[in-house]
Amino acid sequence: MSTVAGQTRVLRVLRAVVIVALVLATVVPFVYMLSLSFVRIDDLLRDPLRVLPALERLTTDTYRQVLASEQDGGYGFARFMRNSAVVAVAASALTVLLVVPASYALTRLRFAGRTQVSWLFLAVYLFPTIIIAVPVFVGFQVFGLGSSLVGLVIAYVALTVPVSVHMLRNYLTGIPESIDEAAVIDGASRLQILTRITVPLAMPTIMSTALYSFMIAWNEFLFALLFLSAKQDLWTVSLGLTRLADGQEVSKTVLMAGSVLLTVPIVILYGVAERALTEGLTAGADKG
Amino acid sequence: MGSRLRGYENRDGIALVVPVTLVVAAIIVLPIVWTVVLSFQDARYVDVARNGLFNELTLDNYADVLAAPGFWRSLLTTVEYSVATTVGSITVGLVAALAFRERFRFRAPLRAVMLLPYVAPVVATTFVWQVALNPQYGVVNAFGTQVLGWEHPVNFLSSAPTALLTVIVYDIWRYFPFAFMFLGAALTGLSREIEEAAVVDGATPLQKFWFVVLPQLLPTIALLVLFRMVMAFNEFDDVYLLTGGAAGTQVASVRVFEQLTGSSDIGGASATAAVMAVFLGVALAVYLRLTARNREAS
Repeated sequence: MSTVAGQTRVLRVLRAVVIVALVLATVVPFVYMLSLSFVRIDDLLRDPLRVLPALERLTTDTYRQVLASEQDGGYGFARFMRNSAVVAVAASALTVLLVVPASYALTRLRFAGRTQVSWLFLAVYLFPTIIIAVPVFVGFQVFGLGSSLVGLVIAYVALTVPVSVHMLRNYLTGIPESIDEAAVIDGASRLQILTRITVPLAMPTIMSTALYSFMIAWNEFLFALLFLSAKQDLWTVSLGLTRLADGQEVSKTVLMAGSVLLTVPIVILYGVAERALTEGLTAGADKG
Repeated sequence: MGSRLRGYENRDGIALVVPVTLVVAAIIVLPIVWTVVLSFQDARYVDVARNGLFNELTLDNYADVLAAPGFWRSLLTTVEYSVATTVGSITVGLVAALAFRERFRFRAPLRAVMLLPYVAPVVATTFVWQVALNPQYGVVNAFGTQVLGWEHPVNFLSSAPTALLTVIVYDIWRYFPFAFMFLGAALTGLSREIEEAAVVDGATPLQKFWFVVLPQLLPTIALLVLFRMVMAFNEFDDVYLLTGGAAGTQVASVRVFEQLTGSSDIGGASATAAVMAVFLGVALAVYLRLTARNREAS
């Protein structure tokens, strides 16, 4: 009995220590990011250990510089953010448009090639993005899409479709088919069932699917690097930040402000939809 | 009932799935096939632009890839990196999921916070790590030299072997939330009755974990291992952004990237990618065989 009590006591302490340590480990880098984004570069160089600067030394000039366009002596992040937003919104809208009918068909209809399609979506993950990216880039060049945001959107849709189908399909399986059948008796067509019944019922999951693909598109780096490196006016935030960080001329605290601008939209969206998103992704995990 | 709709089921099903399938086929399957074809050709960008897929077929690329010592070093690095990040992130994720199992104040918001490294843009977090670890102005080296009494700042990302270790630590940090999320969901799904019975029988908390909880989590863990291994084996962003593949961190994807952009050797890059894919495929098959035997045994 004493070992039970002893272990319980030790584990209780250990548990508190683990929780504190893990929360610190996850949060501290983000606090560092936020804090340095308000620091003057000479202050950072003088005393790197001073992570939280004195209040009167704080500056928002880093944000002004990073956001302003090149003509105004800035680094054009306002434009990068607009590019990223356009690409991410378009990619998530297109993904939803393609994935909803497909997931409906995969859960409700028996048709030739149904299992093959499901396998195809899984097999995609066996290959590194890099070997997909290069032929896609070369192929897109032929159609004049190589260095354009349109090409990037198409590529992002393909990248997010497999997981999105998985999320939506899991959810649709849980909606009883008898609802569809009742609608059929009332004389509804397939399209009406899809738009009037399935879509409203699955709305929360559709939203989290859209969010997921928005986040993937906003965060993506490799395709943007291959497609848009040469075209600075089309850079996304991720690409812009890495390109500017490669050189020596842009101060690190200004780029830290850029990192905050890159991260904040994602954190806000995630904050809004955290539960729906994690439930959508882990659906089925509790069934083992 | 609904025989009219039943009759169209096949047609409708195909019509609804075709758009997605076409996009995935065009953007993912076709490029993979193309890569395989290119790996048998002595192709540079000019040849591909001029002749498309129809260059002379050869096995030279494979001979070159397998004869290059750089390839084997890169393969070894990839394996070390994949195993270390997979084991590390799942272990930390499991510890986190267990710590968060019982209710406590602020559990829900803290759990949400813990997923931040995974959802935040990789470009932003790698940049923060780079700055924090920088020998001149990074907080880690400042702390080490001024407080811990290190003699010199450490070049975390630009000298071997710390560079690979740092990349591994970064990836454990980035991906443990993923394991945490899945194992947390699996833990909520467990029935408490068996555990309560074990406690009544006098099992200590550690025994309860080892003999009751862990075995029930094994299917989820096995799936996570599979998933993380595949993702880590193909990882590009994290390594490229942190070290650019320097100082002994040239994993497979980075090597392929360098062959493509540095020497524009499409054939060689494709062959490297193909060999890596085969290697991964074989490793997966072995893993599935081993776990299948375990599944039958239990």
